[in-house]
Amino acid sequence: MIETRGLRKSFRSRQGREQRTVDAVRGVDLVVREGEIFGFLGPNGAGKTTTLRMLATLIEPDGGEATVAGANLRTEPGEVRRRIGYVAQGGSTWDESTAREELVLQARMYGIGKAEAQRRATRALAAFQLTEYADRKCKTYSGGQRRRVDIALGIIHEPKVVFLDEPTTGLDPQSRAHMWDEIRRLRAEGMTIFITTHYLDEADALCDRIAIMDHGEIVAEGTPAELKREISGDVVLVSVDGPATAAAKVLEAEPYVNRMETLDGGVRLYVNDGSREMPQILRTLDAAGIMLDSIELHRPSLDDVFLTKTGRSLRES
Amino acid sequence: MKLVRDTWLIFQRQFLLLVRQPVWLFVGVFQPVMYLLLFAPLLKPALSYLGVTTNAEAYRIFVPGLLVLLAIFGGLFQGFGLIAELRAGVIERSRVTPISRLALLLGRSLRDVVSLIAQAVIITLLALAFGLSVYILDLLLTYLMLALIALMTSALSYGIALVVKSEDALAPLMNTIAQPVLLLSGILLPLASAPGWLQAIADWNPFSWAVDGARALFAGDLGNDAVWQGLGIMAVITVLAVTWAAREFARSVR
Repeated sequence: MIETRGLRKSFRSRQGREQRTVDAVRGVDLVVREGEIFGFLGPNGAGKTTTLRMLATLIEPDGGEATVAGANLRTEPGEVRRRIGYVAQGGSTWDESTAREELVLQARMYGIGKAEAQRRATRALAAFQLTEYADRKCKTYSGGQRRRVDIALGIIHEPKVVFLDEPTTGLDPQSRAHMWDEIRRLRAEGMTIFITTHYLDEADALCDRIAIMDHGEIVAEGTPAELKREISGDVVLVSVDGPATAAAKVLEAEPYVNRMETLDGGVRLYVNDGSREMPQILRTLDAAGIMLDSIELHRPSLDDVFLTKTGRSLRES
Repeated sequence: MKLVRDTWLIFQRQFLLLVRQPVWLFVGVFQPVMYLLLFAPLLKPALSYLGVTTNAEAYRIFVPGLLVLLAIFGGLFQGFGLIAELRAGVIERSRVTPISRLALLLGRSLRDVVSLIAQAVIITLLALAFGLSVYILDLLLTYLMLALIALMTSALSYGIALVVKSEDALAPLMNTIAQPVLLLSGILLPLASAPGWLQAIADWNPFSWAVDGARALFAGDLGNDAVWQGLGIMAVITVLAVTWAAREFARSVR
């Protein structure tokens, strides 16, 4: 449904006298399949929004090729616009308009006739549980309601692909769960959904496939399960009483440890089967006379994937 | 056809939002009325060098200038509304649809033209009550001139708003443009008594041609060269301004 090859974008920014070029997106290749929720995960400033805005025809790429919903991004941007929906991060409603007016206007901007636009607005309001507020001004809406209007605006013309830029940022947990349900409903209706997020749990729970982006490049791509499997096995977190270096030294030599990182006051071990290796770890440390503070076993998270690919934690960046 | 439909769509939306806040009409009329009431009485003696002896004659010189002033300023400050729309994401939301980029501009600018003409009509009616007299055809041609000016200045304002994207930059910029334009157009007082060098500079101010044209029309002098010159100059600049601003709407905004 979306295919990109070497998509690039850099911005010139001025800092005092100095002109700097910032490579926001440096060669993105990706494939999004029909009917999936594809997630773009990465820290703020990774180039997610820039990529999205290029694919939505809002900014022109400096280089590369892309096909979106069967239309060539470079040569037929008008056709791309007709086939996609785009929901910006910052919202898109006007305070003094009502949700119904906004929806009718949006449908008509896509060339839909007046009567049909009104029918679609009514249907969308019902689908997004907005009927009750339909004729109130947007400035009276809650954050969650406003976000639902934004999404309804993005899909009023029944696009094949919809781009959602951080659809749940700033929402409370309940509205967030509600939004996930709405997004899954769109998928059930046959839409392909491309979302950006910097929430690990969102990418994990909502997306069929994800691409992890960092510094304008894709560093990993796959289903959440595949990506986690890539770090093979389990993660064991060991904290010790005293310096971590001693523990690191003895554990590094153990054959079942695939990879290890030394942390502040402990080590993080990547092993094949944590529940089997844990007793072995305990014995090793005990034999070396190292006092254990605590030991934890967990399945690798997307944060671990991010950590392995970029050398730092997503939460820290 | 698509352009007409799209423009009408944007115009309707903008006009609906405008009439929902009718305070603009009061604000838009209040200032010119103050000029009529508090400034115009000074004019009869001040314009005596032009052979003005009655209030009606003074109004015939002052009112067209006042209307042109209203059109220039009314248009130049429309960009503020657009910056608010940019911030709300409304412009971006429009730009991902296949709607005509020219329509995004024209729909807004035509709303500004309509609101300006509404103000102009109210002011003309008040001036008529004060003793102004003007032929209807001449008046309509003056309104055409005002419409061109409002279309041009609002398009310029929208284009500049899209470039600077901030009220903080737009306000001083617009004031800087408006002030010399105002002083060099002979709007408040005709430039007939100005020193030669000042008149020479004013000749380069397109709006001084518009004011001359509007004054000739109010004087009932339809055949005067100033009429077609003023309309022609305004039409050419309007086309340029609209073309440029529509391209700004089409260009990618970061």
